[in-house]
Amino acid sequence: MRLTSMILLLVGLVVSKADASEELDFNRDIRPILSDNCFYCHGPDKSQRKAGLRLDDHESAIKTKAVVPGSASKSILIERINSTDQDVIMPPPEAKKKLSSAQKETLKRWIDQGGRYKNHWAYEPLAKPSIPSGQNAIDYLVSKRLAKIGLSPSEEADKRTLVRRLYFDLLGLPPTPEVVVDFEKDKSPNAYANLVEKILSSPHYGERMAIAWLDVVRFADTIGYHSDTSRNIWPYRDYVINSFNQNKKFDRFTMEQIAGDLLPDASQETRVGSGFNRLLLSTEEGGAQPKDYESRMLTDRVRAIGAAWLGQTTGCAQCHDHKFDPMTARDFYSLGAFFSDIQEAAIGKREEGMAVADEMQKQRLAKMDAELEQLRNKKPVVKEEITAAEKSRKLFHDSLPRTLVSVSMEKKRVVRLLPRGNWQDETGEIMKPAFPAFLPQMKVEGRELNRLDLAKWLVSRDNPLTARTVMNRSWKQFFGVGLSKVLDDLGAQGELPLNPELLDWLASEFIDSGWDMKHMVRTMVNSKTYRQDSRGSKELLLKDPYNRELSRQSRFRVDAEIVRDNALAVSGLLVAKIGGPSVKPYQPDRYWENLNFPTREYVADKGDSQYRRGLYVWWQRTFLHPSMLAFDAPSREECAADRNRSNIPQQALVLLNDPTYVEAAKAFACKILKSPGSATSDRIAWAWQQVLQRNPTADELSTIQILVEKRLHEYRNDEKSAQQLFNVGLFVIPDGLDKAEVAAWTHVARVLLNLHETITRY
Amino acid sequence: MRNTTGVKLMQRRSFLANGSRGIGSVALASLLPSPAFPAGLSPNSTGVVSPLPLRPKAKRVIWLTMAGGPSHLETFDHKPKLAEMHGKPMPQSMTKGQQLAQLQGQKLVCQGPQFAFQKFGRNQTEISVLFPHIGSVMDDICLVRSMTTDAINHDPAHMFMNTGSQIAGRPSMGSWVTYGLGSESSDLPGFVVLVSTGRGRSPQPIAARQWSSGFLPSKHQGVQLRSKGDPVLYLGNPAGISREAQSADVQAINSLNRKFDSVVDDPEIATRISQYEMAFQMQGSVPDLMDISKENSRMLQMYGCNPGDGSFASNCLLARRLAERGSRFIQLYHRDWDHHSLLKEELPLRAKEVDQACAALIRDLKQRGMLEETLIVWTGEFGRTPMAQGNKGPVGRDHHNKAMSMWMAGGGVRGGMVFGATDDLGYAAEKDVITVHDIHATMLHLLGIDHESFTFKFQGLDAKLTGVEPSRVVKEVLL
Repeated sequence: MRLTSMILLLVGLVVSKADASEELDFNRDIRPILSDNCFYCHGPDKSQRKAGLRLDDHESAIKTKAVVPGSASKSILIERINSTDQDVIMPPPEAKKKLSSAQKETLKRWIDQGGRYKNHWAYEPLAKPSIPSGQNAIDYLVSKRLAKIGLSPSEEADKRTLVRRLYFDLLGLPPTPEVVVDFEKDKSPNAYANLVEKILSSPHYGERMAIAWLDVVRFADTIGYHSDTSRNIWPYRDYVINSFNQNKKFDRFTMEQIAGDLLPDASQETRVGSGFNRLLLSTEEGGAQPKDYESRMLTDRVRAIGAAWLGQTTGCAQCHDHKFDPMTARDFYSLGAFFSDIQEAAIGKREEGMAVADEMQKQRLAKMDAELEQLRNKKPVVKEEITAAEKSRKLFHDSLPRTLVSVSMEKKRVVRLLPRGNWQDETGEIMKPAFPAFLPQMKVEGRELNRLDLAKWLVSRDNPLTARTVMNRSWKQFFGVGLSKVLDDLGAQGELPLNPELLDWLASEFIDSGWDMKHMVRTMVNSKTYRQDSRGSKELLLKDPYNRELSRQSRFRVDAEIVRDNALAVSGLLVAKIGGPSVKPYQPDRYWENLNFPTREYVADKGDSQYRRGLYVWWQRTFLHPSMLAFDAPSREECAADRNRSNIPQQALVLLNDPTYVEAAKAFACKILKSPGSATSDRIAWAWQQVLQRNPTADELSTIQILVEKRLHEYRNDEKSAQQLFNVGLFVIPDGLDKAEVAAWTHVARVLLNLHETITRY
Repeated sequence: MRNTTGVKLMQRRSFLANGSRGIGSVALASLLPSPAFPAGLSPNSTGVVSPLPLRPKAKRVIWLTMAGGPSHLETFDHKPKLAEMHGKPMPQSMTKGQQLAQLQGQKLVCQGPQFAFQKFGRNQTEISVLFPHIGSVMDDICLVRSMTTDAINHDPAHMFMNTGSQIAGRPSMGSWVTYGLGSESSDLPGFVVLVSTGRGRSPQPIAARQWSSGFLPSKHQGVQLRSKGDPVLYLGNPAGISREAQSADVQAINSLNRKFDSVVDDPEIATRISQYEMAFQMQGSVPDLMDISKENSRMLQMYGCNPGDGSFASNCLLARRLAERGSRFIQLYHRDWDHHSLLKEELPLRAKEVDQACAALIRDLKQRGMLEETLIVWTGEFGRTPMAQGNKGPVGRDHHNKAMSMWMAGGGVRGGMVFGATDDLGYAAEKDVITVHDIHATMLHLLGIDHESFTFKFQGLDAKLTGVEPSRVVKEVLL
């Protein structure tokens, strides 16, 4: 723990909240202390409130003399926190909370400085800082902050690193060596910006962007509870990919998902998007009570809106007013009431959903309709012909993929405020749709609010939360950690952004640009801040180990899907098709043995489907594919705004032994053997270029040379082992290659695919 | 208490260790063995709770989950009055307005116990004749008859029992415990799960989320050890690759990673290297652990298992082997206790599958001097109704959350006692009623952890295994 304190101390030196001379800021310095230690009993939740005191409310704090502005010595708050009497001291011993002496001192100084309150930052209107013309706003605001705390930005990363970074961040795929060479050769001042544009126009951009969105809306192929059976929903995933690729404006994207069925111009596409409302968990368990699951579904939907758009943890308000934030139980159930028109069985199997036709299929249907019409108008009418044409149209229509969508019912479910969240208690007031009372309202008159209103309100200019939430989440994708690091909570228990101006600028710009996501992505990745080297000096690493201050880039292991994509791409196995039904990669036998109703056999796909990108992998909520799980892909049983980035032994086992990676190594070995050079060192260099887009060092070269010679010698004397290795995976060794060589080079490929550098974005 | 920042800093010990260019030994802090606890159990741990605020009685937990929800009325809670009422309507005063599962809207009729009860141990505790072996170690067992739970369907009830919440995404208790205490094993996971299935009908599913680490760091997730195929997923080398060749590859990977670290100075690399070492070690140690054929035949007979049979009995023996090797939390599931029907026909089969092995586990640990430092818990996810269920075939009982029986042994719990009681018909716990959170609080207490200050910052809350409602350590059952 001593080491920890040392780091804390060092970090403290850089990001020191405020030195003695500086004016304390309520949101930055005071609210976190009060929220964590006091709000539980002296906060927004009236049922828990003790002594009628609210410390989240200026008036209450002053009226009760808890805070006497300008005089800490007269303030009861200060007296109580410093008391030695166990019956008087705050927080009380049973709260298991203890204020540090630094925290006590901060509170005292704050009151002496006037005890000024500020509204919680995230509920305040956006304030777009003005930026000197010609400057990149991100760079301007970051360097302003760095200058203040005495750090300077890092140099620009080398060109190879930049290309790899852009490819992983924007496409989730590795670049080819040629792309890197071309970029290195391009000396024009616009070389980088041009590369960014080229990358942004790739259809793989939508796939990469979809990953985070699919996490936060909990997209999965199965229902989640109990039997965890499948449901039709994959067209929604493709809808998300296509939306990012078309750069659909985020306000429209929001409306389509929440109310795609209610839009005046509702279309097949917007209805597929409205599948968002159907992504929740459901059950087919016998004995499940409809009222119970009706209540679970309502809360599930409210949590999703909270996570994906509002950056608010709404879950607490299911049972009681929020302890820390102004979200009340009434707000919670009023939000839930927006969804009371959605047709959804409380228990049991999900329906098949809406048929979805692609352009070709639409044309074919139109053609069939026209032919049918002709037949009907033909004189004399030949009944058999019409019947046959109708039948074939029906057959074709029935063969189309289907997906769950939102269908609005005339007769809505009755939504009651459930006392303590208890679904059996039917005494609560009946709730109508309403926006949370603590946020700016949107006027709608003469009718009940509906889902489209909710969507419009979420992306209205006055809503302070949506743009901040979405930009904060995007920031993590490109810089490694959110500006406010708690991505799912911009409330009192979250974190005030270290650079609030920067988050406000991004959020304002997002709205000003017409919710243009590509514009924001482009702005971020074109910044100098983004282009910095990710290595820091020892001193900087000590001062700011998590790179919160952005005086360098961050470095992190790529997401689970991309670990897979990278291996498939490098080995040449990747089938880069966009969209379609989810796919089933190899999976250990009996991994699903504890599933039931019905029991299921996992059958791995053959052919192209075996080599699709990670985001198309079948998402079985209760038993997510173990290779995905090992690299922190969430089960998507709940909305996940953030992913862990763990480093655990299972990752080594996956990369070493999962047939997917063994097969990739084998295929890559064949590619290496067919590469232009035939000397071992040429081959190694070529392989290094494919995977890392650099040449091996002399040290690396010799390590691999030794390895390959040893293996080659062995496989020459042990054809059987080589043959066994070849039997892993469906890939067939092309004719004309030396078997022992392929086996030996499979080891080289395997080592390369396992390197930390290979799966890390620097 | 500890927030996420604290935890991340702990994980980042590697960051400082890196300066020494070691191969990440410090990074392994929470995976490597701690200096073994001295006999008296040290208040130190390799997890985030160190030193422990309480003197620990138990070092580890073996949690036996009877998945499906065994009937308390045919196992551990004798209700002669229910036998008298057999066939008569259930008193409405008891059931009116209360939550039912598959009996919702059905006629509610009392169903007498299907099996006789017999007295065991120095206190002549009555338990079902189906459990003679467990009866024979009754003096080591603390039987709880007043357990309750919030949930009434399998999936939410398992989640509640394992995570203290009915919402998915919360850490399992095994993850909490390994997060708090770390592991004592360098080459085996700290939190291990073993699943067996009764030779009955179609058992209820079990989701992997039951051993998920939720919002805690992923390294604390439960690792399932399987009886067929690779015992740990992807443990075996690919076909055609020998252990020697695997070793060479791992060495090459680590060597190249080390060289690269000297260029980029990235603390994650030291961790990566140690994870490859650990993975490679596990490839050797896990098969060795799983090979119970090395146990002598007397031991196999005592548990009643054959090597490789995948039975609950084999898993009990493996639990002991894991306990010896330093795993912190060992959870067994035995499936197929969901007796909506065929109660009389099926329950004896499940009882036979677990009875002898449970008793053997207690005896075996005791003779090795490990029982007093190992907490064993035996429980389902809920109890069953005193009312008959006849709508699914030959008579059975429905899910029930107002009463269930469970037992504990070892680890600082008093043996030979019965705690709590249900009403005359076994419908509701009425004396010394306890909740799932109380059991969690008690377990943590025995491990030396104060459940109220054992928190992790998640979505703004100091999330606890024991939830937000008040819960208590059941001091009455402690030694």
